[in-house]
Amino acid sequence: MQCPKCHAPMHTYNRNGVQIEQCSGCRGIFLDYGELEALTRLESQWSQPAPPPPPAPQAYPAPSAPAWGAPHGGHHGGHYGGHHHKSFGHMLFSS
Amino acid sequence: MPADAAVLHRLTAKVTATAHPTGATCACPAPATQTLTHRPDATVVRHTNTVAKAHAPGTDPTELTLRLTTAARLPDILLAPLATIPAALEDRLVTFWPYGIPVNPDDPDAAPWEAAATLLAHLHRTPLPTTSRFLLPPMRGPRKAARAIARLRAALDTTCTPAAPPVLAAWCALPAWARAEAPMTGGSTTGGPTTLCHGDLHLGQLVRHPAPHGPWRLIDVDDLGPGVPAWDLARPAAWYACGLLPPDEWARFLEAYRTAEGPAVPRTGDPWPALDIPARALTVQTAALALVKALAADRPLDEVEQALVDACARMSSASPELTNGFPK
Repeated sequence: MQCPKCHAPMHTYNRNGVQIEQCSGCRGIFLDYGELEALTRLESQWSQPAPPPPPAPQAYPAPSAPAWGAPHGGHHGGHYGGHHHKSFGHMLFSS
Repeated sequence: MPADAAVLHRLTAKVTATAHPTGATCACPAPATQTLTHRPDATVVRHTNTVAKAHAPGTDPTELTLRLTTAARLPDILLAPLATIPAALEDRLVTFWPYGIPVNPDDPDAAPWEAAATLLAHLHRTPLPTTSRFLLPPMRGPRKAARAIARLRAALDTTCTPAAPPVLAAWCALPAWARAEAPMTGGSTTGGPTTLCHGDLHLGQLVRHPAPHGPWRLIDVDDLGPGVPAWDLARPAAWYACGLLPPDEWARFLEAYRTAEGPAVPRTGDPWPALDIPARALTVQTAALALVKALAADRPLDEVEQALVDACARMSSASPELTNGFPK
């Protein structure tokens, strides 16, 4: 199967019985009908104790941020107030 | 006098004596002496143009000397020490440096991202002489991360918090080398890394020398050594991934590193396969230290600290295999 966005070949993963196609070019992910729900269900069974709900995987994540990044981190980062947040200002300068 | 006050007192005397080697009475305009850092693992005192640092208790003198020698060899990248042999001050090792102007913490918008990235790229491209390759101890980034987790586990002996499990789970999912439980690999046929790394990059590790308008130089050689160069990019990468560092600043940093032909990431294309593991490790390390601080102060996490913990929680649903490569 070819990526509908960049036309590079897509590779198939099996994650806990759920088939996922990931593009070898832009690294976007394709989910079949119901697979997102199946993944969400699996993750919520797995994670403990009561973590925040897993983020909805974007069908085609921006290639420039990791999958575990803040939901809008790759696109509109700095939404915690950037440098001007005192806590982050301190973090910029500490080990 | 308590032990930490005694260190500060002795170091102040030492830096003043070093700044005036002939024994002349100090006539520097007041306030000539300034405490720059005073923590359990480091005390730094300045007297006009001379800075003295008392390194962490237990610092190995041979390893520190090798790191100082490396810095002295690279004066265009690292601030050169005034002497390459550490002095002993009771149970602490002390090194001496020229004073440089740091980044103003009140004006992080002026952060020299391009200079930081370019210095790192030059450091990473420095060929390690064969002797240094075998003698210089490895970059200590993973060990620092492991120490942060050890501090969190110690704090959890007496208290608990729902924020800890996702941080510890994200830590356990990292490969052994990133947890300092196995050597770093890559770069040479003998298996050891050959890229010289800083090991603890943040904005406090840059100074202008000579002050105030000289070029930027990297400081703090305590973690310097051969290692995985992406570790040096991983703190800004982690801040960006957690939604803390604005994308344009991350882009400036990354682009400058690539322009200077740094080897940690491919020149073009997606840098995240190379950055993923170190950026996860730095996120976990920073989250662990934030939790330790919050637990000690018996206060809730602020939103920045919570953003780090949330990123750790998301790591369990984004395995390194999925973000870091493709099925064979």
